[in-house]
Amino acid sequence: MLKVKRLVKDFGRARIINPTSFDVQKDEIVSLVGPNGAGKTTLVNLISGHIKATGGQIEFLGRDITHASPYRRIKMGIARNFQITNLFEDSSVLENVRICLFSVYGKIKKGILPADHYKAITDEAIGILDIFGISEKKDLLPGNLSEGDKKVLDTAMAFALRSKFLLLDEPTSGVATGDKFKVMDTIIAAIKKEKMACLIIEHDMDIVSDYTDRVLVLAEGSVIADGNPKEIMEQKNVKEILFGVKG
Amino acid sequence: MKFHERVMRPKFFAYLGVFILLLFLPLLLPIYQLMLIESGLTFAILSLGFNLLLRYTGLLSFGHGALFATGAYAVGMMGEYYPQLYRIEILIPVALIASLVVSAIFGFICVRHTRIFFSILALAVSMVMFALLVKLYNLTGGSDGLHIDLPIMLGKSYEGMKRFEFLSGAFYYFLLLSFVGCAILMFAIVNSPFGKALQSIRDNEVRAEMIGIRVRRYRWYAFIISGMFCGFGGALWSFVNGHVTPEISEWVFSGEIVYMTLLGGFMVFEGPIIGAILFTYLKLYAVSITQYWMFIIGATLVVLVLLLPEGIAGGFARLAKKIKSRSAAGVA
Repeated sequence: MLKVKRLVKDFGRARIINPTSFDVQKDEIVSLVGPNGAGKTTLVNLISGHIKATGGQIEFLGRDITHASPYRRIKMGIARNFQITNLFEDSSVLENVRICLFSVYGKIKKGILPADHYKAITDEAIGILDIFGISEKKDLLPGNLSEGDKKVLDTAMAFALRSKFLLLDEPTSGVATGDKFKVMDTIIAAIKKEKMACLIIEHDMDIVSDYTDRVLVLAEGSVIADGNPKEIMEQKNVKEILFGVKG
Repeated sequence: MKFHERVMRPKFFAYLGVFILLLFLPLLLPIYQLMLIESGLTFAILSLGFNLLLRYTGLLSFGHGALFATGAYAVGMMGEYYPQLYRIEILIPVALIASLVVSAIFGFICVRHTRIFFSILALAVSMVMFALLVKLYNLTGGSDGLHIDLPIMLGKSYEGMKRFEFLSGAFYYFLLLSFVGCAILMFAIVNSPFGKALQSIRDNEVRAEMIGIRVRRYRWYAFIISGMFCGFGGALWSFVNGHVTPEISEWVFSGEIVYMTLLGGFMVFEGPIIGAILFTYLKLYAVSITQYWMFIIGATLVVLVLLLPEGIAGGFARLAKKIKSRSAAGVA
């Protein structure tokens, strides 16, 4: 589904992503791990079109999207959340999700009938909030949510875009440790139900091995390991990079 | 909210009352007062358009005078060059098309930037317009401007009639209906999915882009709609004023648009309307009291910003909310 070929990104003279290649299959849930500064978020930004690649190629559904605008990529089915929550702070929780649906269904061109008139879309938005377990908070402003709920809302908005491929940048950071698995359960169940492919940046190794089919280990801008999470975790160089274990 | 619920709200009755009052206004007010109200209503259409950008898209324009001038000059130049087409049914569409074209061009230039850069660009293009209106005096009458004759309305000619008779007759009702139509249309726009999209761009343009909204294009659409409201207001104003001069394209007038919107309160939908009408009175009385009227306007602005940053309508809205929550607390 997604093919990344020898992708390179420089910021000024600093090379952040070395020539990197990997791919993600349909229905596959892949995690991306690596120490701070490895370039994980940069990689997500490159795939979402947030920043432009210096070299290499990104292919999605057989089409070259290396130079496509973020807008084109979203229309093709690539959606993302944000590591640092990125919400519409002056609109209610429901409104945050509903505007995503208006955008997906091409209703944002409609300028006469009130937004509440589109009942099916409002119900669908409430349905999505239900899936993510925050529907009772639908009338609150994002500022009144806990950090964990904000993350969940951010993910729900990406989910609402009805995409084929979801990029999740640390969906559980800021979520209370006890709730992390509950949040991941809801997110993964929702993704599987919609048969989306997904690339998740994650720090928690338990989550990586419990929820994802494959893991990519990124260090200093290069993929150094790629495969089954349980097997990869046992590799010596991976242990050294992720946990600082020498031996 | 169901329709009947909406209708049963006290706000609706207040609007109905104001509308009925406005219907009988020509019988109640002396003509010069009525003309002030009329001029205020045209400014209200203008500032409603302006506020679509400020409140709902997050863009502060310091050049909306040029769009107002476009509508007014469209009427003036039609009268000058196509007197046989000088009918209000033709003039209004011409003014709308002219402001559509001009705001499409101005908007295309301005929406590439936001915040202060947008404001300055808008100011710059409006001053280009001002310079053209002054310098192309063969076409525009230069700094003398153009005289606006009374138009033919619905096939009826008003030739030979005094302007004040025209303004207190059928034209007043035409203006009133135009204003009500504009207010309803704008209210619909800001509450529609399109309006919500604009607000999401205002709140967070990065995220808006990431949920598939073409941010720049939607800002451009907003600019054009805003410009057409301004052009419409300008066209109507030209009939009330009887004369158009390039001053309405100058930055001073653009500043007055900002001022009236802030005076009424840009955070509230009705704010610009209240601000526009109040401003008309404030300016007139300030001018009649002293030649240093700008001092009065400036001083009120300082007081406003320091004591009532949400404007007059915003202040009322906050007061109403406070009373409501207090009485709710009293019941509990």
